[in-house]
Amino acid sequence: MNLGSLSEGELATRLEGEGLFLSSGPFIFRIRSCLPRVRAGLRLAYADYPLAEPGYADFHVRVAAPNWLRRWVSPQVQFYFDQHPPFLPLPRVQAHALLEWGMNWCVSQHANRYLILHAAVLEKNGRALLLPGISGSGKSTLCAALCYRGGWRLLSDELTLIRPWDCLIQPLPRPVSLKNASIGVIQALAPEVPFTKVVHDTLKGTVAHGRPPADSVARQGECPPPGWVVFPKYRAGAVTRLEALPPAPVGLELAEQAFNYSLHGRRGYETLCGLLDRVSAWRFEYSDTDEALSLFERLAAGECLAEAAA
Amino acid sequence: MRAWQDLRLALLQPERAADYPLGRWDGVLRLAQGSLLVASLEASLREAGVLEALPEPVRAQLESARVLAEANARGVSWETSRLVRALSPLGIPVLLLKGAAYAVAGLPPAKGRLFADVDILVPEARLAEVEQALYWQGWLGTYHDAYDQRYYREWMHELPPLMHQKRQSVLDVHHSILPPTARYHPDPAKLRAEAVPVPGLSGVQILAPRDMVIHSACHLFHEGEWDKGLRDLYDLDRLLRHFGAEEGFFADLAARAYELELARPLFYALRYAHQAWDTPLPDALWPALAAARPGAAKLMLMDFAIGRGMRPPHPLARRSFDGLARFGLYVRGHWLRMPVHLLIPHLLRKAFLAG
Repeated sequence: MNLGSLSEGELATRLEGEGLFLSSGPFIFRIRSCLPRVRAGLRLAYADYPLAEPGYADFHVRVAAPNWLRRWVSPQVQFYFDQHPPFLPLPRVQAHALLEWGMNWCVSQHANRYLILHAAVLEKNGRALLLPGISGSGKSTLCAALCYRGGWRLLSDELTLIRPWDCLIQPLPRPVSLKNASIGVIQALAPEVPFTKVVHDTLKGTVAHGRPPADSVARQGECPPPGWVVFPKYRAGAVTRLEALPPAPVGLELAEQAFNYSLHGRRGYETLCGLLDRVSAWRFEYSDTDEALSLFERLAAGECLAEAAA
Repeated sequence: MRAWQDLRLALLQPERAADYPLGRWDGVLRLAQGSLLVASLEASLREAGVLEALPEPVRAQLESARVLAEANARGVSWETSRLVRALSPLGIPVLLLKGAAYAVAGLPPAKGRLFADVDILVPEARLAEVEQALYWQGWLGTYHDAYDQRYYREWMHELPPLMHQKRQSVLDVHHSILPPTARYHPDPAKLRAEAVPVPGLSGVQILAPRDMVIHSACHLFHEGEWDKGLRDLYDLDRLLRHFGAEEGFFADLAARAYELELARPLFYALRYAHQAWDTPLPDALWPALAAARPGAAKLMLMDFAIGRGMRPPHPLARRSFDGLARFGLYVRGHWLRMPVHLLIPHLLRKAFLAG
């Protein structure tokens, strides 16, 4: 049973009562909130997510006003991880975005059985494409274009979970987070995709979340092996360019961007080496999304792309 | 209430937790998380060989906790080696206290234990040299406010916490185990005199078994914030079961506690470790500690406060008057460490100037 099959009333009853038990990737979240904004965001972005049996959750989360006063006077909301608020409160209009950030925080801070990289990850033809990138590299935009237009399966737009025991990628499809100019770019590219209401002036600028493709959510249990690591860089006016990278600096870069590389010690190093053995790695510069999509299509088809330009 | 009993049982008799259904684990894991005991739970279940029998989501959470605890343990052993390097030119042994000591000596509480920092005990006369040597190896003070500096140096039994500039690890350098202003005055020289080496780690010492138990008791029963209280009682339980199995351990435990002026904290520690974790204790111990036993009214108050404070601070384990009990423990912790004429100005300053 999916969240989309609950009536408005049923959804509200769960959120305000015992909680909404939701499966996202390998995790079960129990979500509670009385805020209409949170309910609307969930209904929109999570329609295709499977509901889990009530009674057990990996993460108990709640979004609520931090105190009675803040319900009325310049209203604020707080994210609670079980009893504990890990962040400062935010203005109430950001309630759903706060829930998204909080849910990602739950995974990145606790799911240490995985080696967690800060990278978007998608799958095609049975192999995973990792897109690590610092903020502003165009990683999220590229990831959204690939999953909404390129036919790639979304595994995660933010957190790549690598299973150290078999080096497969554990999907964690979550609503696609877009910022600033990329919201308009993706809405023009994929007008049929439902997006949450655009929220301005957050810590990350203007944000909106897109509903992940239904197929990506339905297949969130299928773990593919890694195939490619591509460091994207959007630069206005750039010619589409793919440049092969040697494994050593790629490994260092990935370790640098990992959330919990040091926690894994030797096994983390071995997992990273296992990953590097299985992938080809590239630096990618682009400005034209269509050209980017066709280049990744060729990459997925297994074409030899040494020093290729589209 | 049930989740609390389930957590106790899972830690004490892990084999009986093997057939908990998934829904029962929900409360157990939440309470364990709030008490920093998830990885200890994992260790306990693993030793009993029941991990494989548990529901998959539970095993996944336990495994994640184990990864973190193992990283903590590696971190402690590395920090220890760096401390030896820093202090060996001074001829001062690295005398580890609490969690770090359990870890390097491989004592039972170390299994699945998380560490926030490393604590060491050094002679007060050599404090300045130690601080210098640590400074040159990258440990710098974190409290730069003049008030905090003076507060620590004048009234506390430790330096303001030091942080290593590269690794961000936190080090507490103690010259005593209680502040000079506290009610009791255990002589740190007596503890150092009986400290024992750690096999295989030259330059590293830990407290002798009796002193280790007494110090753990002293620490916990001078604490104002009890959010880690359950874990600390679990440490005590593990230590007492481990050392208690050795012939003669309990025979002069009380005498040593009187010698260190810490018989009262030891009395409490034994009483409440037993209440929380069924710690096996010989009957002969109680007459030896009779003089340290508080009066009936005071003991009733402590039973009330600790019986609540020891529980995980979570609605699933809360008893009535929980807030009152925790507030009482908070006041008590400060009361024991500082006389009122120092305490009141300090608390006022902290409350209103957010120092």
